[in-house]
Amino acid sequence: MSPYPSSNGTASSVAPLLEVRRISKRFPGVHALKEVSLRLHAGEVLAVIGENGAGKSTLMKILAGVQEADSGEFLVEGRPERVDSVRTASRLGIALIHQELSLADNLDVGSNLFLGREPRRGVFLDRARQNREAAEALARVGLDCSPETPIALLSQGRQQLVEIARAVNSGARVIIMDEPTSSLSQGETDRLYSVVRDLKSRGVGVIYISHRLGEVTTLADRVTVLRDGQNAGELARGGINHDAMVRLMVGRDLVRHHRPARGQGEPVLDVRSLRTLAHPGREVSFSVAPGEIVGIAGLVGAGRTEVLRAVFGIDAVVGGEIRVAGTRVPTASPREAIEHGLALVPEDRKHQGVFLEMAVGANTTLASLGHRARWGFIRGNTERQRAAELIAQLDVRPPNPDQTAQFLSGGNQQKVVLAKWLALKPRVLLLDEPTRGVDVGAKQEIYRLMEELAERGVAIVFVSSELEEILRMSDRTLVMHEGRISGTLSREELSEEAVMHLATGGPATR
Amino acid sequence: MKKLLGIFGLLVAVFALTSIANPQFVSAYNLQNLIRWTSLFGIISIGAAFVIITGGIDLSIGSTIGLVGSMMAWLLTQKGWGVGPTLAAVMLCSLAIGLAHGLLITKMRLQPFVVTLCGLLLYRGIARFLTDDQSQGFGNSHDTLRQLAIGKLPISGGFALPAPLFILLGIAALAAVFLNLTVAGRHLLALGRNETAARFSGIRTDTLKIVAYVLCSGLAGVGGILFSLDLNSIQPSGLGEFYELYAIAAAVLGGCSLRGGEGTITGVIIGTAVMRVLYNAINILGIPTHLEFAIIGAVILAGVMTDEWVKRFAARRRAARERAEGATA
Repeated sequence: MSPYPSSNGTASSVAPLLEVRRISKRFPGVHALKEVSLRLHAGEVLAVIGENGAGKSTLMKILAGVQEADSGEFLVEGRPERVDSVRTASRLGIALIHQELSLADNLDVGSNLFLGREPRRGVFLDRARQNREAAEALARVGLDCSPETPIALLSQGRQQLVEIARAVNSGARVIIMDEPTSSLSQGETDRLYSVVRDLKSRGVGVIYISHRLGEVTTLADRVTVLRDGQNAGELARGGINHDAMVRLMVGRDLVRHHRPARGQGEPVLDVRSLRTLAHPGREVSFSVAPGEIVGIAGLVGAGRTEVLRAVFGIDAVVGGEIRVAGTRVPTASPREAIEHGLALVPEDRKHQGVFLEMAVGANTTLASLGHRARWGFIRGNTERQRAAELIAQLDVRPPNPDQTAQFLSGGNQQKVVLAKWLALKPRVLLLDEPTRGVDVGAKQEIYRLMEELAERGVAIVFVSSELEEILRMSDRTLVMHEGRISGTLSREELSEEAVMHLATGGPATR
Repeated sequence: MKKLLGIFGLLVAVFALTSIANPQFVSAYNLQNLIRWTSLFGIISIGAAFVIITGGIDLSIGSTIGLVGSMMAWLLTQKGWGVGPTLAAVMLCSLAIGLAHGLLITKMRLQPFVVTLCGLLLYRGIARFLTDDQSQGFGNSHDTLRQLAIGKLPISGGFALPAPLFILLGIAALAAVFLNLTVAGRHLLALGRNETAARFSGIRTDTLKIVAYVLCSGLAGVGGILFSLDLNSIQPSGLGEFYELYAIAAAVLGGCSLRGGEGTITGVIIGTAVMRVLYNAINILGIPTHLEFAIIGAVILAGVMTDEWVKRFAARRRAARERAEGATA
């Protein structure tokens, strides 16, 4: 009955449960993984850590069969395997528990546990058997709820346990957990720890991905560090500590651009005790002077995007106030924010920034159209002229205002979004991951543009997951961790290590 | 404009084939009728187009026509209201219907399909209740007012331009100016393309959506007035039935995408003309009228399929060209 055969051959007792050797993966424009290797033994908890974009997610997707590697070896218990689909991976006993849960929340717990493998009697579901077996599986992960509880009624943490139960129940011997605690309460996290330890004792191998180095120290038997899509090093049980991990994650020599910090005078943007919906219990306060470029660093999920969205009025706020040049800006209205001189270049360009099927020219003038209209009528000539100027100013290529935006490269689409705001001459420009999915050339142009705007006195706040970008552009860096600003770094204090230290919730002193 | 060539070609083809098969089709009398009906349906189709451009739908157009038409005749003949107050009352009623739809859809976040489906049932029921489900008519008493629908401007040789054509042209011109030359019109198109990005750009998305529903119901109200004046005999249970579907079909044929953000007034009018010409052709060619729906349905389906096929073909060609350019670069 047990899904875990104790020992089924001679090879398995010595060979690692799962091993990949020199795995590489390329995406258009990005070399995501370069000859990465990884080993996981039975009954081991292996933590995989690295900065945002180090290649962790890609590696996990390859292990779970979501994507296939371009090259490299994939061995399960010493046998080479080709894992080209989630189905294959699951047949080999590898299960990935996603960051975003993948349960059907209209079904009950039992139906989710057996989704796709429903016990049946003829063409009918065998509900009695499903409930019986589901109850056993739930007990194994210490979840005390009826198999007939609707998923929607469970907390995030308990849903996570259902996912784990599903993986265990399907006979998984390798369970990959991607940021499992990012949405869990402390109690739920403790529960998860004991489940992980229990899995370990049953000989299951667990790959544990986390940004929280404290957790890794508690839980991991071994740590594999990735950096820039490569193996950066490994730490064994005795050597796992916060500083050692940060050193390996950051790795390269510090690049420091020596230049005086920009920006001075009375702050133009003043955010006081802002509480966002995502982190209602945390307050964020900061201010930005005209001509200053402030970077917000932190790991994915630290609440950076939420702060920008709240300042720009996309989301309602729980508390706090936002002032531009001393005037309080009504919250929860992008329109008011724009009236007060704020502009936001959003994170998700295709859905929130650019109008893909609209002409480039119409995209650039869209936000400023009302200001230049007469009696609500668009002034055709003025608009065309303005669009041409903006396209020239930002060097959008090709410089054809009539082309639809969908055929532009990511970098040029981003310039179109910037143009839309520059037409309004904002006082404060907010940018969320301004160079994500942008090629190297356009990246430099966006940096140059940010600097130019700062010189003209625009206050700039940008969120970035690329440390290099933070190091290069920020006059002052706010580092966020779990919804609050865990530290502020001046240009003198700024280093990758300092940022990573604050971003992973390390102690404030170094 | 290139996109309108296909549908215009279809219009010309059906027109030409029918006139060859039966010369009666191009007689002054028939053409006059054809233009009058195209104009009446054109007015309500423009309204439907506004809603479709926002990515929404209005299923209650026909019932609104039924309610407005019955209510107008009832107020004028049974209640003895004057022409002015009656017209004001029925127009206000239709605008209020649109406002209610808009508010329910934006503020309550209900789905347009559901809201207007309930409207479809509700307004029809009210129309039948108000009039006790008795057929209404103006008799000979409101001939001046009826000129709005049945009046004509003689041209030559027995051919005259029907009055509704001028009403349609006026409304179409205003609608086209709104959609193409005003900031609100541009914002409406942008909202239909990408509502999130529109909100991120500071566009008043809710207000614009409400405006679209008010325009749609308002034009259905105008349609209701004209249809009832034209018919003179109004069945509260039947006036305007299925007209929402004709209007939606005309808008889609004319190049509006149900995904939103796309559509031209000219296209909608051509789309309406195709519908009316088809309908007229079925009658005049002696095709059994029971087949009417089937034929119209099949032609629309074929038209939309061709359109989609052409689009995919163009996209494939473009992709192939880009690949070729990428390879040489």
